[in-house]
Amino acid sequence: MSSLVTRVRLQQIEKLIEKAKRLDGRGLNDYREIKLEQGLIEKAEGSARILLGKTEVLVGVKVETGTPFSDTPNDGVMTVNAELVPLASPTFEPGPPDENSIELARIVDRGIRESKAIDTKKLCIEPGKKVFVVFVDVYVLNHDGNLIDASALAAVAALINTKMPNYEVKDGEVIIKQGYTPLPMKSHPITVTLGKINNKLLVDPWLEEEQVMDARLTMAFNEEGNICATQKGGAGSFTQQQISEGMKLAQEKAAELRKKMDW
Amino acid sequence: MNKKPEKLINKKGLRLDGRKPDELRPVKIEVGVLANADGSAYIEHGKNKILAAAFGPKEMHPKHLSLPDRMVLRCRYHMAPFSVGERKSPAPSRREIELSKVIRECLEPSVFVEYYPRTGVDVFIEVLQADGGTRCASITAASLALADAGIPMRDLVVACAAGKIDDTVVLDLFDTEDKVGCADVPVAFMPNLNAVTLLQMDGILTPEEFAKAVNMAIDGCRKIYDLQKEALKTKYMLIGQEEEVEE
Repeated sequence: MSSLVTRVRLQQIEKLIEKAKRLDGRGLNDYREIKLEQGLIEKAEGSARILLGKTEVLVGVKVETGTPFSDTPNDGVMTVNAELVPLASPTFEPGPPDENSIELARIVDRGIRESKAIDTKKLCIEPGKKVFVVFVDVYVLNHDGNLIDASALAAVAALINTKMPNYEVKDGEVIIKQGYTPLPMKSHPITVTLGKINNKLLVDPWLEEEQVMDARLTMAFNEEGNICATQKGGAGSFTQQQISEGMKLAQEKAAELRKKMDW
Repeated sequence: MNKKPEKLINKKGLRLDGRKPDELRPVKIEVGVLANADGSAYIEHGKNKILAAAFGPKEMHPKHLSLPDRMVLRCRYHMAPFSVGERKSPAPSRREIELSKVIRECLEPSVFVEYYPRTGVDVFIEVLQADGGTRCASITAASLALADAGIPMRDLVVACAAGKIDDTVVLDLFDTEDKVGCADVPVAFMPNLNAVTLLQMDGILTPEEFAKAVNMAIDGCRKIYDLQKEALKTKYMLIGQEEEVEE
């Protein structure tokens, strides 16, 4: 964080930002190039790989049967887990999930859960006893900044790609039949992250910018342009003015991404 | 299992606990409650009962985590097993790990970390009873614990949530409103610097409602800020009185 190199870098980045420019040649409000590929893991019920610039994230979805939570007996279950795989960055260590991967998983989870992206009512097999459980596993393969947006987009893409096995219930037993149906979905949330450097907001911060930025602001939007999740991160702050500016910018960007993704 | 109430706001425009939409729960704050901590605070925010303690600046353990140009702030948010309806396992949950991180990041902008290079400060937060809005009450108490420990700060950090229940944007949701309601927006704020240091949201809000909720939460923060300063002053006034008696 505070190494000499990053401080020199910060000066360089700040100078460029004053001229509305960035180290990698983008404008302040530009995303990096997005490439998306779906269904590349045959053993998973759904999968997607995203390239956001050089940031690479693979998401696999597994669907299994399990028991519902006691307070929502008629709803299927969705869980998100994120792995910052050591091969993705020299700063990632093997071991149990640290606070960064837990925060990442919980931001992705919140966007999907709060937008009610998955129609969990349709995942109920036997109320209170048996439901489908959707495991969303985020696998970071290369870390070049903005893991949040890459992971959130890939997670939704993987869910869109997910096929549920056809089944019938006989004497309380679930029997898998031939064929598949798509995972029932009601919404496709889009997550946008902004960084704040030198009191300027910029879209889709990449690694060099992440290392020097004061704070970030993440917002997820549904089809109607409503906000369904927010998270501020980093040891900095935002003024009220910056929050309302950020909200507008994020909303615009989300609409733009939605068009690009065709969701 | 309690039944979910159908209406969270009655015909008179009052909430389940009788509050108006923009009304805070009663807040009681006490500073300097733990003898062994360098700084401490206790807050009762509605039915939330939370203790916070700060230790430091002290030598960093493990040493390799210390930084050559600043102090390292560490934070643990933890809920007691008996603090909620169903016993919570004492092992830190994913939620607690995330909250520890966002609370640390919301306190850090208030502290002059550059004054104490190579040292560390630990902030421990124990939720003894939870009733919605624990992260906000925790922040309010934790910031006071830091101040009570004598750590130089730019401002106190104070936090409060707003949200949406039924069709109304309301201040300071308690547990049932949080669970049954539409959205919750916790905000932490440094009033003297006009800086928002924590902002989260779950649920669904239009951009207009979101802006309204953030503003309402900040108004709530300002009210709690007065209580916070009062609590800090009270501790030192008491010390002053005790010394007079001794003389």
